[in-house]
Amino acid sequence: MATDNRIHFWKRNPKVPGSLQPVYGAQHPPLDPRRHRLLKDTPKASSLNSKSKKPSTFHEFARSTNDAWDIDDEEDDGMFSLKQPSSSPVQSRSMPQTPCVKFIKAPEETESLPRPRDRQEFISTNPVQDRLDDESGPANGRVVKSCSDAQLNVNAARNTLQKQQSLPVRPVIPLVARISDQNASGAPPMTVREKTRLDKFKQLLASPNTDLEELRKHSWSGIPREVRPVTWRLLSGYLPANRERRDLVLQRKREEYFGFIEQYYHSRTDENHRDTYRQIHIDIPRTNPLIPLFQQPLVQEVFERILFIWAIRHPASGYVQGINDLVTPFFVVFLSEFVEEDVENFEMASLPQDTQRNIEADSFWCMSKLLDGIQDNYTFAQPGIQIKVKALEELVSRIDEDVHVHFQKCEVEYLQFAFRWMNNLLMRELPLRCTIRLWDTYQAESEGFSHFHLYVCAAFLIKWRKEILSMLDFQSLLMLLQNLPTIHWGNEEVGLLLAEAYRLKYMFADAPSHYKR
Amino acid sequence: MNMGTDLAYNFVFKVVLIGESGVGKSNLLSRFTKNEFNHDSRTTIGVEFSTRSIQVDSITIKAQIWDTAGLERYRAITSAYYRGAVGALLVYDITKHLTYENVERWLKELYDHADPHIVVMLVGNKSDLGNVRTVPTEEAKVFAEAKGLLFMETSALESTNVESAFLEVLTAIHKKVASKEVTRGSISAVTLGQTLGPSSEFKEERRSCCNSS
Repeated sequence: MATDNRIHFWKRNPKVPGSLQPVYGAQHPPLDPRRHRLLKDTPKASSLNSKSKKPSTFHEFARSTNDAWDIDDEEDDGMFSLKQPSSSPVQSRSMPQTPCVKFIKAPEETESLPRPRDRQEFISTNPVQDRLDDESGPANGRVVKSCSDAQLNVNAARNTLQKQQSLPVRPVIPLVARISDQNASGAPPMTVREKTRLDKFKQLLASPNTDLEELRKHSWSGIPREVRPVTWRLLSGYLPANRERRDLVLQRKREEYFGFIEQYYHSRTDENHRDTYRQIHIDIPRTNPLIPLFQQPLVQEVFERILFIWAIRHPASGYVQGINDLVTPFFVVFLSEFVEEDVENFEMASLPQDTQRNIEADSFWCMSKLLDGIQDNYTFAQPGIQIKVKALEELVSRIDEDVHVHFQKCEVEYLQFAFRWMNNLLMRELPLRCTIRLWDTYQAESEGFSHFHLYVCAAFLIKWRKEILSMLDFQSLLMLLQNLPTIHWGNEEVGLLLAEAYRLKYMFADAPSHYKR
Repeated sequence: MNMGTDLAYNFVFKVVLIGESGVGKSNLLSRFTKNEFNHDSRTTIGVEFSTRSIQVDSITIKAQIWDTAGLERYRAITSAYYRGAVGALLVYDITKHLTYENVERWLKELYDHADPHIVVMLVGNKSDLGNVRTVPTEEAKVFAEAKGLLFMETSALESTNVESAFLEVLTAIHKKVASKEVTRGSISAVTLGQTLGPSSEFKEERRSCCNSS
């Protein structure tokens, strides 16, 4: 397998630990990863380049693309600038693996922080990142997974997984909490291309009547951080394209929102709204538990208000778990406009109250617009999600029969893992910074959150095909799918994902039958 | 009881966790299967899933534990959740009386969807917060007995009785299984009573369902 060629292209700059160079893609349409590889003059690319765009080539493409995404050793070390060596030995692909295990933590891996003796506390929610507390006593909860018959290709995939899972040395807050793309501080200086793109955006935004079509076109490949707040407002339809009207509209909408608060918020203790409020109230602390910003009472109250007002104004669905996650990207992006340092550690109370209110109101309205397009995801029986999951299944059966058949053999139902993908728009599977980048494209697309999202899910699933095919039973397969290792993902990975999704959409756009059930 | 490797196990028992949102189902799951408690857990979306193998009377049992959101809205999606379940832990929060009051509703749903022979344990979680208890132990115990349920109070946070609770349920399931014909249901799980496929032997190794090519 031509796995070696991809190493150098995807290698990040090891001198800048933890920094991910944004790759915004070239022009619209997005960068074709095949041509990208060709630029690096790898032998593999030439063979790919000669293939025409037939469905059968997609399988080839998918396989090779998968290799490209495997993290290699150098890349790991550079990215995380490990202070200690990785606790599991570096795996070479040619060596058969000793018992294939998951969730077994290497003995040397210890908690880097002192823990209170009477409690076992863990930061991460993702079992992949979870660490074993050595103080837990004799009954350490190690779950040893059964081995498949040792096969080289199986082992190779597991090695990759294992390596990713065993990356132990991280700061206290896992990378999922680092919304580094939103941080002005510590960001690397812009490349020439980035500067050009930013200038283009600024030019578009300076016009008295913003050309939304053009804006969408450029936003597809990613929006520069500095102009994201205003661009998101424009793309969502919240802010009018006509500059003269903007102040007035904003003022009106913001007043309207706070009018709702005055009118409705007190009713959260009423009998008919109590359950809704109660559910929201216990969900907010569990929304972004690893990000300090969201532990601030001020911020939690903002979320509570937004969600409560939305819920009672949309009785067809009311509040559904998952909707709470959808506020976060808007809130973070709108907040980032006023934050020089790390957004995730920012003290909300330091902002003037007017600014706080504006961020809250704008988040409410933009979230509402988003939900308008997918409300049947949350109405009774959640028909929107059922349809989308079925559509995903249909799509996958066409683009990757191996994976589809594998699911059937292992009796894994798409609903068992893809439900969350649809309900939370992949927010639970990706770090927040990736979600934000993803939403640049979703808002540039028409029906991005409902329509394009399907293709992104398909591309996401197929991206893991090697790992999927290496799991030979129901248990291990489902656990893989519920814990995909994306913790270190950034703009690059999302860019690739989007390119894939775009190709799928291009191929299947005129084949509506996969929507029919 | 020890943590067996599951290179070979005799049975797979599917157990579901049910109960109101916020009572601690996810942490009971993580405490039992990974010996972890997470103050920073997020709301459960859809279904989540974890496993652990234990020894019961020198038999290796693989417990396949399913966790789901407690919110009403998901009911329609998770009706398939109960399929093949041979055990259930119905969890409430001893500090929130409302979560205990809703137990009847959960029982109804359980019996509507699950095997009638399913082994059910009523679990009063968060026993570490005894100073703000609102559900008396005795009352819950009496209720459980009346309904034919097992009963235990646990603390996922302090790791109190979590092992015992699961072990008791799994042992009870095992007893039932041993006294009936065992059939191979879907996902290698044991089901009670139904004949879904060719009957399996008592002792079998993990089925490799997919021949990798």
